[in-house]
Amino acid sequence: MSDFDPDLLSAVAPFLWDGLLTSFGLLLLAMAGGGLLGTLLAVMRIAGPRPIAALAAGYVNGLRSVPLIMVIFWFYLLVPLVIGRPIGAFTSALVAFVIFEAAYYAEIIRAGIQSVPKQQLAAALASGLGPLQAYRFVILPQAVRKMLPILLSQSIALFQDTSLVYVVGLHDFMTAVSVTANREGHLVEFYLFAVVIYFTLCFAASQSIQFLNRQPVSP
Amino acid sequence: MTISAVRKASPIAPASVEQPVTIEITGISKSYGALEVLNDCSMSIRKGEAVVVCGPSGSGKSTLLKCVNGLETFQSGSIVVDGVSVGDRNTDLTRLRSRIGMVFQHFELYPHLSVLENITLAQVKVLRRSKAEASEKGMALLRRVGLGDKAGCHPAQLSGGQQQRVAIARALAMDPIAMLFDEPTSALDPEMIKDVLDVMTELAGDGMTMMVVTHEMGFAHHVADRVVFMDGGRILEDAPSSVFFAQPSTERARIFLSKILRQ
Repeated sequence: MSDFDPDLLSAVAPFLWDGLLTSFGLLLLAMAGGGLLGTLLAVMRIAGPRPIAALAAGYVNGLRSVPLIMVIFWFYLLVPLVIGRPIGAFTSALVAFVIFEAAYYAEIIRAGIQSVPKQQLAAALASGLGPLQAYRFVILPQAVRKMLPILLSQSIALFQDTSLVYVVGLHDFMTAVSVTANREGHLVEFYLFAVVIYFTLCFAASQSIQFLNRQPVSP
Repeated sequence: MTISAVRKASPIAPASVEQPVTIEITGISKSYGALEVLNDCSMSIRKGEAVVVCGPSGSGKSTLLKCVNGLETFQSGSIVVDGVSVGDRNTDLTRLRSRIGMVFQHFELYPHLSVLENITLAQVKVLRRSKAEASEKGMALLRRVGLGDKAGCHPAQLSGGQQQRVAIARALAMDPIAMLFDEPTSALDPEMIKDVLDVMTELAGDGMTMMVVTHEMGFAHHVADRVVFMDGGRILEDAPSSVFFAQPSTERARIFLSKILRQ
């Protein structure tokens, strides 16, 4: 520790910054993709005919029963076997995150939708809105407000989970730190630095969620 | 406006007798397993008529009402609204619903939208009216129900009675051929009930076709053309309101009336 030169940090900063950008890119794309697929799964479970609903339920429960790291790893190994060519660590990790997070988002979104009183749907339908319009304009806007804090919490967990992509050799922030730490021979210092960064980002995010939660529910 | 001022011309033979039938309910039955909710119910409402459906709770009156716009399904019988069969597989239920207004017990205004947006949503999305046109119509209706100054409020800022009047305005904005009311005053404080009933009375006076599930016997007596009495999923009486209140033909209705009028 005593021979750690603080200037080293600024020297490796661009490399670490690239890693952080990869983590954020993964996070944002996985949130978007997982959110979309999750919404679809939630609507399938709530409004779909029985076989469709069962399919969605099977997907959700199946994926929630396996560890994320396994999904990332197997996706990376298996997809090239199926399609006959490698797909790259980032794409592979992103797809794995999307299909995995969708299962979690789906349950949050389903709970959000079901927390909107059923009579709201009846009122929307009675006014002549079609079922899709009723969801789009009446049910989902109310549901989103209720589930936003939980969705954001899940996204913080997702951000932490992005560090798992080291298994496929993707240079996210954690991997960048790890590579640097080993190269420079300052394991303790660099891993401490990683802790500070992860903690600061996640703590700030969860504090803002709590702030959101304390706001009076918009009428 | 007093209630008696809009009382229909002749209670025995309503002026609307020659009008075409707007809602025709024929032999409707519905059951959940062994539980019969509706049993062979038939009634009809002519254009311009206001018909009150009453009866003890659990008698199936709300269920019957919701069958009219297809919010509830039924297993046998038929309901025809303005020539369109509700239960028919080929019926465009969404389109039919856009022509029938409905008012709920708990108002069901959309809490995330302003009062005016509540009234313009379906006008814009279903009837494809322009925002300006829909707002103009909405403002006119809000003024009509005495809430012209509440357009920008959110529903939660209004009292129950005000919310229900907004809900009526929301339904009227679609220029419905008929209005369904599902216990519109049951969730209201007594002092708010009158405001809502006044709006409904005016509506009946203007010749709106109305099917009203309610316990408001004053409204039934003085405003409705006919009263339909239900119990145990069956329609036991269907009579001009003056006849129903003067001499109900079934013992069940007599008991019901004596209980509800004593309050």
